[in-house]
Amino acid sequence: MAQMIKGKTGEWEIVVGMEIHAQVIANSKLFSGASTAFGASPNSQVSMVDAAMPGMLPVLNKKCVEQAIRTGLGLNAQINKHSVFARKNYFYPDLPQGYQISQFEHPIIGTGTIEIDLPDGSSKNIGITRLHLEQDAGKSIHDQHPSKSYVDLNRSGCALMEIVSEPDIRGAEEATAYISKIRMILRYLETCDGNMDEGSMRADVNVSMRKPGDELGTRAEIKNVNSVKAVQQAIEYESRRQIDLLENGGTVDQETRLWDPDKMETRSMRSKEEAHDYRYFPDPDLLPLDVSQDWIDEIKKTLPELPDEKKHRFIKELGLSTYDASILISDRQRADYYEEVTEGRDSKMAANWIINELLGILNKNGKTIIDSPISTKQLGGLIDLIANETISGKIAKEVFVEMFISGKNAAVIVEEKGLKQVTDTGAIESLIDKVIAENPDNVAAYKAGKDKLFGFFVGQVMKKSQGKANPAAVNKLLKEKLS
Amino acid sequence: MNTLTNLTIDKALDGLKNKEFTSVELTQAHIDMMEKHNNLYAYITETPEIALKQAKASDEKRGTGNEIGILEGIPLAIKDLFCTYDVQTTASSRILEGFKPKYESTVTTNLFNNGAVMLGKTNMDEFAMGSSTTTSYYGNTINPWRRKDDLNQDLVPGGSSGGSASAVSAQLCMGATGTDTGGSIRQPASFCGISGIKPTYGRCSRWGVIAFASSLDQPGCFARSVKDNALILQAMAGHDPKDSTSANKPVPNFAAAIDGNIKGKTIGVPKEYRVDGMPEEILKLWEQGIEWLHDAGAKTVEVSLPHTHYALATYYIIAPAECSSNLARYDGVRYGPRADESDLLDMYEITRAQGFGDEVKRRIMIGTYVLSSGYYDAYYIKAQKVRRLILQDFLKAFETCDALITPTAPSAAFAIGENENDPIKMYLNDVFTVPASLAGLPGMSLPAGVDPQGLPLGLQVIGRPWDEETVFKVAGVIENLANFTARPQILL
Repeated sequence: MAQMIKGKTGEWEIVVGMEIHAQVIANSKLFSGASTAFGASPNSQVSMVDAAMPGMLPVLNKKCVEQAIRTGLGLNAQINKHSVFARKNYFYPDLPQGYQISQFEHPIIGTGTIEIDLPDGSSKNIGITRLHLEQDAGKSIHDQHPSKSYVDLNRSGCALMEIVSEPDIRGAEEATAYISKIRMILRYLETCDGNMDEGSMRADVNVSMRKPGDELGTRAEIKNVNSVKAVQQAIEYESRRQIDLLENGGTVDQETRLWDPDKMETRSMRSKEEAHDYRYFPDPDLLPLDVSQDWIDEIKKTLPELPDEKKHRFIKELGLSTYDASILISDRQRADYYEEVTEGRDSKMAANWIINELLGILNKNGKTIIDSPISTKQLGGLIDLIANETISGKIAKEVFVEMFISGKNAAVIVEEKGLKQVTDTGAIESLIDKVIAENPDNVAAYKAGKDKLFGFFVGQVMKKSQGKANPAAVNKLLKEKLS
Repeated sequence: MNTLTNLTIDKALDGLKNKEFTSVELTQAHIDMMEKHNNLYAYITETPEIALKQAKASDEKRGTGNEIGILEGIPLAIKDLFCTYDVQTTASSRILEGFKPKYESTVTTNLFNNGAVMLGKTNMDEFAMGSSTTTSYYGNTINPWRRKDDLNQDLVPGGSSGGSASAVSAQLCMGATGTDTGGSIRQPASFCGISGIKPTYGRCSRWGVIAFASSLDQPGCFARSVKDNALILQAMAGHDPKDSTSANKPVPNFAAAIDGNIKGKTIGVPKEYRVDGMPEEILKLWEQGIEWLHDAGAKTVEVSLPHTHYALATYYIIAPAECSSNLARYDGVRYGPRADESDLLDMYEITRAQGFGDEVKRRIMIGTYVLSSGYYDAYYIKAQKVRRLILQDFLKAFETCDALITPTAPSAAFAIGENENDPIKMYLNDVFTVPASLAGLPGMSLPAGVDPQGLPLGLQVIGRPWDEETVFKVAGVIENLANFTARPQILL
């Protein structure tokens, strides 16, 4: 569903393509044995290779290749058995070699497709152009000294996967759905932790505008887009900027722009005159990378069920709505939690309890499902009490909150607090008799045709039972008594 | 004449074994020679303390009766392109002045593990770019040989490994490491009247060797006999997991291949190497070499390497392309001198302008040009294709022969200053060595005669990939028959 923007000259279509840089989960760097752990003190994880000391040579880390192949399989993409590492040449202080080892003409992963989930419950396919492996650069730090810059090379040489999409994305909403889905897939595969705030996933966003049906317009590439929210904001800002330009007789420059999250704007990073000629050529220090079908098959065997497969299974086999399924599969732990709870229970009821109650209270407390104080077994126990009519749904919510705070089992709480549902018709009848006796006017009005008052009587009876009366029984008996 | 420095490695190993002298004595004799002939400027950095310490340790090891290395107690010189732990390593460039690596190259590690003693780091063309050892920031190395008619004229030792070649020739060491990208071992060996081998690409690890052109660079060695080269190469070579281009192949016993028997072998004579204007004495020497092979019972056949003509042009695209990228790391940020500029671009530009010499700059510019968008296909890709054809030429030739014999260089050593203003003429020095480099083949130069001025001339033996054994075998036979006994004047 394309997002259109209205301008002075009519509707504009936002066309977006994305390049996502995802740091590969591996203990050591792409071409050296240095550690990749986040948060170490500056320049403490730098090998002679990472610092580009004279005479040092890169040696490919097989684990990173495995992770790229895993990711390729997860993106339903072509795995290229033959790929080539190339040098991308440019000077910068945090690029010690004076070139980045990347893949250019022959990436390890070719075209693929993923499905994105949109807020209205619909889905859309987005094409993946390629995925290649490359080295990360170090970090320049400009604010520690009045006239000097510092360089931290801990990140230098860490493996990145650059995932390039086709320009299939239309607007900010699809873009955030896309980046969320990519992150979800990477996390399912455990090939990237997806932590954008630690920089282990970063996005460059290509934005162009066109009138519906026209050819693609000139795009601007926006860098430094480092959160899902920033993706949305940057596209919203940039599309407005381009429309203003185009509608006022200007043209969009093909250029690199920087997203400034403080000023909430994009601005030009470098002009055409400074445009880099990266002088790519195959890295003569590395042999072409050839991987066997056997190895690919072996990796394939270890893949988990992927989010989309899971979603379709939840919808098809468990009867969930697309919306519920999408929420439950959005991270692997959540989906696992759900599957444990729903085992042998009503699948919709389990989904409702997790989505409406558990996720809400976790979110309010700044927790995720991994650190839920209510275990899957405990939540299952609560659902069982509702199912066998020991407690009502309403009471269950009370019990649930208590479980979250105390960590106690539902049955214990129900026992301790005497919350067991009253289903004894005699007890309920006497409560009804009391209510009828106390409200003669309302009884008369009801009998005279004011049907709406029925709810009032139910409420009064429930109140007298302190919520414990079985609602169905109350309804039934009340109807009989008032007729 | 100092008898200890006159020995071959082979003989010296016997002497050490028979306790005729110690490694300390042998090493000290060479240190004395280094001092005596320091006006050859063969070394950039001399390391006598390290040498004597290593020699002493070697003598002690020998005394214990424990297993000893192939080169136990033998003093060698190391080209200043090999990183040596805590010993200044410059690649003859100002941009690495004072640089002391905290690591040891695989090749020197292997040598030391085999008992070798390091006398010092030898001069070379800056970043191994040159054929004369006149592009070094640290001054010119002088060839110990002189023209009969002009004993005052300093001659170049060839290059880029000119310091190593000069040192071996003048007996300032028993052998030396070199590296060969387009002829940097074979041509100086020829100019200095010694033998030197560039093994198959991938035979020796490049880890810790400062890169010039990664797909061509290959460590090798110099010595005063074919067998000595076999011993040094044996000690240097072997698979190194730290170099992805190093081959996982066993290292054969090279010295054992030198058995004097080439009966039934066929040696190819490439007709395209008969270039116009080749000096008469070189042609004659080549024919003499062919005759020696016949005398030893080998057959020779004319073979064709049709793309030879394109080799130099191909080389001068690929090597500069790789060097332009390999040398980007010398930016003044992490090591070496840095220009004191507040603007980043100024800092880069001035650091590199001051740090690199003219030849290096020339090649960086050529390389940058041929990799630029719009030129890449026309130059770099084309050159890679021609390189492939050159390799195919050789492989085809090797279907009909076991090795090739050619001259090593188109001339004897020239005077310092000659060719200086004509880079193309300088590049022609490598016309016979570059094709084998492009094909990654093993090639050895050995002294086989002298020109009318009494200057040494070399013949080159080129072998199949990974067949250094045949190269040593054939070279051993020629060495025997050539009986090259001439010595540089300074040793007489």
